[in-house]
Amino acid sequence: MASVTLNKVNKVFGRDHIINDVDLHIGDGEFVVFVGPSGCGKSTLLRLIAGLESISDGDLCIDETVVNDLPPRERGVGMVFQSYALYPHMTVYDNMAFGLKLAKTAKETVHERVMTTAKILQLEELLHRKPKALSGGQRQRVAMGRAMAREPRILLFDEPLSNLDASLRVQMRNEIARLHNRLGSTMIYVTHDQVEAMTLADKIVVLNGGHVEQVGSPHELYQRPATKFVAGFIGSPTMNFMPAELLAGDANGCRVRAAGVGELALPQNAQQLRSGEALTLGIRPEHLCLAAPTDDNCFDIVNVEYLGNEVYVYLEPKQGDTLLIHRSEAPSQWQEGQQVSLAADWEKVHLFDESGAALTLSTQQAAA
Amino acid sequence: MNTRQLAKIAKRIGFWALIVLIMVYAVFPFYYAVVTSLKPSSDLFRVELWPSNWNFDNYISIFSQTSFLRAIFNSILVAFSVVFIALLLGITASYALGRVRFRGRSTVLLVILGVSMFPQVAVLSGLFEVIRALNLYNNPAGLILSYTIFTLPFTVWVLTTFMKQLPMELEEAAIMDGATPWITITKVFLPLMWPAMATTGLLAFIAAWNEFLFALTFTLTDAQRTVPVAIALLSGGSAYELPWGPIMAASVVVTVPLVVLVIIFQRRIVSGLTAGAVKG
Repeated sequence: MASVTLNKVNKVFGRDHIINDVDLHIGDGEFVVFVGPSGCGKSTLLRLIAGLESISDGDLCIDETVVNDLPPRERGVGMVFQSYALYPHMTVYDNMAFGLKLAKTAKETVHERVMTTAKILQLEELLHRKPKALSGGQRQRVAMGRAMAREPRILLFDEPLSNLDASLRVQMRNEIARLHNRLGSTMIYVTHDQVEAMTLADKIVVLNGGHVEQVGSPHELYQRPATKFVAGFIGSPTMNFMPAELLAGDANGCRVRAAGVGELALPQNAQQLRSGEALTLGIRPEHLCLAAPTDDNCFDIVNVEYLGNEVYVYLEPKQGDTLLIHRSEAPSQWQEGQQVSLAADWEKVHLFDESGAALTLSTQQAAA
Repeated sequence: MNTRQLAKIAKRIGFWALIVLIMVYAVFPFYYAVVTSLKPSSDLFRVELWPSNWNFDNYISIFSQTSFLRAIFNSILVAFSVVFIALLLGITASYALGRVRFRGRSTVLLVILGVSMFPQVAVLSGLFEVIRALNLYNNPAGLILSYTIFTLPFTVWVLTTFMKQLPMELEEAAIMDGATPWITITKVFLPLMWPAMATTGLLAFIAAWNEFLFALTFTLTDAQRTVPVAIALLSGGSAYELPWGPIMAASVVVTVPLVVLVIIFQRRIVSGLTAGAVKG
C-alpha cells in the first residue's frame, strides 16, 4: 500500500504534448479513477505511473520517493491490461507465478502466494488450464491475479472491463469493488465509461486534452462540476446547456436572461463578471420541470423515450436547434407533439462563464 | 440423379484428377530416383515403374565409402550450425528490429533485404578472399559462415514480421513482471514463435543442406566436403562410366532427412500458438 504524488508531470511525444502539468495526490488505499474522452491522456498517465513510459518533465513520487527513473519492477506496481495479455503458453498457475519466479522468490513462498491469490479470485479450479481454455471473465480474473500475486503496493487497471459483454462487466465491476474493500490497497483505474467511474471511485480525476479538469468524489463531480466539460461528461443523459446573458449580479446572486425561458434569479456569485456577458446555463435532466405552454416560453416535444422505470422527454426550442432532455419517473403524462413551457429547480442549476468555468455559489448560499 | 448432383460429382472428379496430376509432377522424379537406386547397373537403362528385383548393392557401395560417410557428417554439422546461428541471430535481431524504436530501423531492414538480392556467383570471388583471409579455406566453418550470410536476411525478415504481430501488451506485461529483454525473448516470445522458427529454420536447413557452389569452391579435400559435392564427384569404374546407381542411392539417402523434418514440423508450421493470448 502506498500513496502516489504527481508534481507538474508532463509527457511529450515528438511534437504532441500528451500530458500537461498534471498535479495530483493519490492517498494510501484510495480507489482513484481516471476518466475522460478517448485521446485525453488517461492511459498515458497510467503508463507513466507504471513506468512503461518515461516522464518528460516533473516528478512522480511513490511514498515520498521520486521514482521517475526506476524501472517498473522496482516501483512495486502491478498492472492489469485491457487485452489481459496473459502468457498463452503458460498455465494459470505459471502466469501468476512468473513475476515471483523472476524476483527469485523461494519456491514455497511462490506456491503460497499463488494459492492465496487464487483463493481470493476463485481461480483454484482453473490453475492448470491454459488461457485459451478460459472464458472472458476468467481471463480477466487471471490477469488481476497475475498483477496481485507479487503483492504490489499499487494496482493499476487499464480499461480492464472493456472487452467483456454488458452483464459480465457489471459483475466484474462488483468484484473489483469488493476486492478493493477486502485488500484495501491503492488502486488506479482508467476507463472511458462514466458508470464504472462513478460506481467504483473514491476519487475521480477527469482529464481533458492532457490536463486535469477536476478532481473530486463522484458526488462532488455530479453536484458541483467545476467546468462545463465535467458537467457535460458526468451524468447520463448529459446535462442540458442553454445560452444565457447576465443582466445584473453581485456576490449575493444574479439575474440572467436565458433563451426561450426568460429572466431568472439565480444564486450564483457574479461579482467578477460584467453585465451583458454571455453565459451558459446548465440544467440536469431530472431538474427540469414541464408545464402548460405560455407565449414567451414554448417548447415542442419531439420524442418521448420510455425506459420502464423512467421516461426521457426530448424538447426542441422555438429558436435554436439544441435538444433538451427532461427526465422523470414513469409513467409520464407528456406525449410527442405536445407543447410545454419549461421551468427548473433554479437552486440546482449551474452557470458557466465563457471560458467554461463554473460560477461559485453566492456567499449566502454557500453558508446555508 | 439430377444435373446438380452430376455437376457436383464431376467437380469432385476434376479436383482429384488435378491433385493426382500435381502429385505425379512433383513426386515422380524422386520416385524414379528411388527405383533407379534399387536396380543393378546392368538393368539401369531398362524402363520400368516398379523394380522387378530389389537390389541394395548401390546403397552398400556408397555406405562402404568412408568419404561419403564423412560428407554426410560434414553436411549435418554445417546445416545444424547454420540453423542454430541463423535462429539465434535472427531472434535477437528481430527483437531489436521489431520492438525497439530507433533511428534508421527501416534503413537497416532494407539493407538486410538488399543483401539477399545478390546472386551467389556475384559474391563468390569476394567471399573467397574473405574466407582465405579468415583462414577458413577447406574448413566447414567457412561454409557455415557463408551459408549464414545468405540465410540470415530471410530469417531476420520473417522473424521480424512475426515479432511485430505479437501483441505489445504481452511484452509490457512481462516488463511489469520484472523481465529483462533477454528473459522476455526467451521465456515469453520464443515459445510463441515456434511456428515461425520452425519454418525459417527448416528453410535455412534445406538451403545449407543442398548448397553446391560454395561447397565446391571453398573445400578442397574429401574429408571436408559436404554431400552435394560428394555426390557430384562420385566416380565410376572408368572415366567413361557415370555411376547412376550409386548417385541415385546417395541422393535418396540425403533427401530422406529433409522429408522427415518437414513431416515432423508441418504441424508446428500451420498451428497458430498465440490463440488465447488476447481477447477472443
